[in-house]
Amino acid sequence: MSAIAAPRAGAPRSQRRLWSSRLSRVAPMVLLIVLAVVYLTPFVWMISTSLKTIAQSIASPPVLIPDPIVFKPFTDALTKMNYPLAFRNTLIYAVPAVIGTVVSCSLVAYGFALVQWRGRNAMFLIVLATMMLPSQVTLIPLYVIYAKLGWINTYLPLLVPTFLGSPFFIFLLRQFFMGMPKELIDAARLDGASELRILATIVAPLSAPALITVGILTFIDKWNDFYGPLIYLQKPELQPLSLAVQVFQTQHGTDWPLLMAASILVAAPLVALYFVAQRKFIEGITLTGLKG
Amino acid sequence: MTAVARPPGGAVPGPVRSSRRGRLNLTRVERRNLRTGLLFISPWLVGFLAFNLYPAIASLYYSFTNFKILQEPRWVGPDNYTALINDPLFWKSLGNTLYLTIIGVPLAVVVALGIALLLNRKGIRGIGIFRTIFYLPVVIPGVAAAILWIFLLSPINGLVNQSLRVAGIAGPGWFYDPAWAKNGIILMTIWAAGDVVIIYLGALQGVSRALYEAAEVDGAGAWVKLRHVTIPMISPAILFNLVTGAIAAFQSFTQAFVISAGVGRGNDGSIGGVQNSLLFYGLNLYNNGFRYFQMGYASALAWILLIIILIATLVLLRASRNRVYYESAQ
Repeated sequence: MSAIAAPRAGAPRSQRRLWSSRLSRVAPMVLLIVLAVVYLTPFVWMISTSLKTIAQSIASPPVLIPDPIVFKPFTDALTKMNYPLAFRNTLIYAVPAVIGTVVSCSLVAYGFALVQWRGRNAMFLIVLATMMLPSQVTLIPLYVIYAKLGWINTYLPLLVPTFLGSPFFIFLLRQFFMGMPKELIDAARLDGASELRILATIVAPLSAPALITVGILTFIDKWNDFYGPLIYLQKPELQPLSLAVQVFQTQHGTDWPLLMAASILVAAPLVALYFVAQRKFIEGITLTGLKG
Repeated sequence: MTAVARPPGGAVPGPVRSSRRGRLNLTRVERRNLRTGLLFISPWLVGFLAFNLYPAIASLYYSFTNFKILQEPRWVGPDNYTALINDPLFWKSLGNTLYLTIIGVPLAVVVALGIALLLNRKGIRGIGIFRTIFYLPVVIPGVAAAILWIFLLSPINGLVNQSLRVAGIAGPGWFYDPAWAKNGIILMTIWAAGDVVIIYLGALQGVSRALYEAAEVDGAGAWVKLRHVTIPMISPAILFNLVTGAIAAFQSFTQAFVISAGVGRGNDGSIGGVQNSLLFYGLNLYNNGFRYFQMGYASALAWILLIIILIATLVLLRASRNRVYYESAQ
């Protein structure tokens, strides 16, 4: 702040202006800090509660620093909701979904961006139109089909569609692929490289950032998916974390330290991923905004 | 690519044979490209036919039938749609969802804009830390966030009401009070609007400095600059956030499901919160389809949802036609 105060010292009139300019600089910062504290408080409270005894978790006035600090909620949550199994189930769902989405969307995006064929633009409009279709419209016939195929209580209803492209990611990758150096691709074609080879050896490596963004967004989406598992996975031993923690919650109503510990265990891997790949998250969201 | 595109005039350079036309009036090269293109998009094509087009048509058909999954669908004409109009729960869920859309979405969009404007000021230190903090709630899985907020908003021991009590305010019953339950959801929506903040930040960074400088030369203050430069320039982002927010509100499910399961289910295992105060459109559809197995009725609900979303989007786009500024269109 002293750097701002340095010029124009002396005259009383500019002194007043200086104060108001100081205020207009400091006030937004203060407001921002207050807001940040408000936004962070639920997290702080979640962590603090997860280390408390039940009695202290509902004490009035509220206690911020647990006394004594107990780890029982975490050890209880790990065993009682069978965390390792639910964690494994989440990975069984999320990892193949990431592979399926990245592979299928790159193929389709390549077909729309770098192969010139008649009807391409009309077909692409259909891709965009399907983004408008709410999932509820297709939900019931799909459930009927999966039931007839005997796919209920398997991961197939959740995984098979991910290998068939997702409109938004197709759109996103197509935008990215259209910026590829055309000369390079044409040169490869003249050398007799197949289109698949061009995609694998030229286009994919050059679009690694976009592919990673698609992968991360898909991973978050599947990690958080609640509706799909709720409908298709009724057996407890198949349930991923998102569903397992909800079932857990209905069983342990108001044991808040236990529920907070369980919620932290469900959220922690994603939060860790967020801190590692923060830039990718932000990029992904900014790209989402670009479609508007 | 240029070798493939047909130049205007129709003459195709290159090998003479490629100008021979086959079926569909395509040259050999064009035919080969068509085959390659279709091959590459075939995953999507299969997905579109099997997982979008067929189910959409089938659900339209189901919506005119009595269908309880175990028996074959039986044609009943428009019965489901007339039943729907006379179903108080349909109107209840529609009203609840509109409340969320008309009050919650604009509120979240405005708060997020405020945060983005604060973050976008020149010389703010530690912008990365603030961005991380405001985005963090978006990273939390919906189920975990819902459990957290049931706790924060519990009427007696919750942190929010305890804090209000210190300030001498008697807090409401939140999810246990039909009049306040939806406001609790709105609070959660505002808390988790970090992605909206990021979209605004992207848009704000695209606004040219020159426009502000020109406004300053004309003696514009902070408010005038916000009103006549910033907001018009980022209006496409505002519109985008309003449209996607409204669509998300109509399809919202997880939060309300977890919360209403937490505060107690109906006698038949249906969900919807105290006095159905959290029965949003998606929950009503779920209850009908997967609690009562009224697949025909649920399909009718799904088609009404599609129509509502299309109309809402068109209305928003039309209402904003003269208020949204697109740089490239000028």
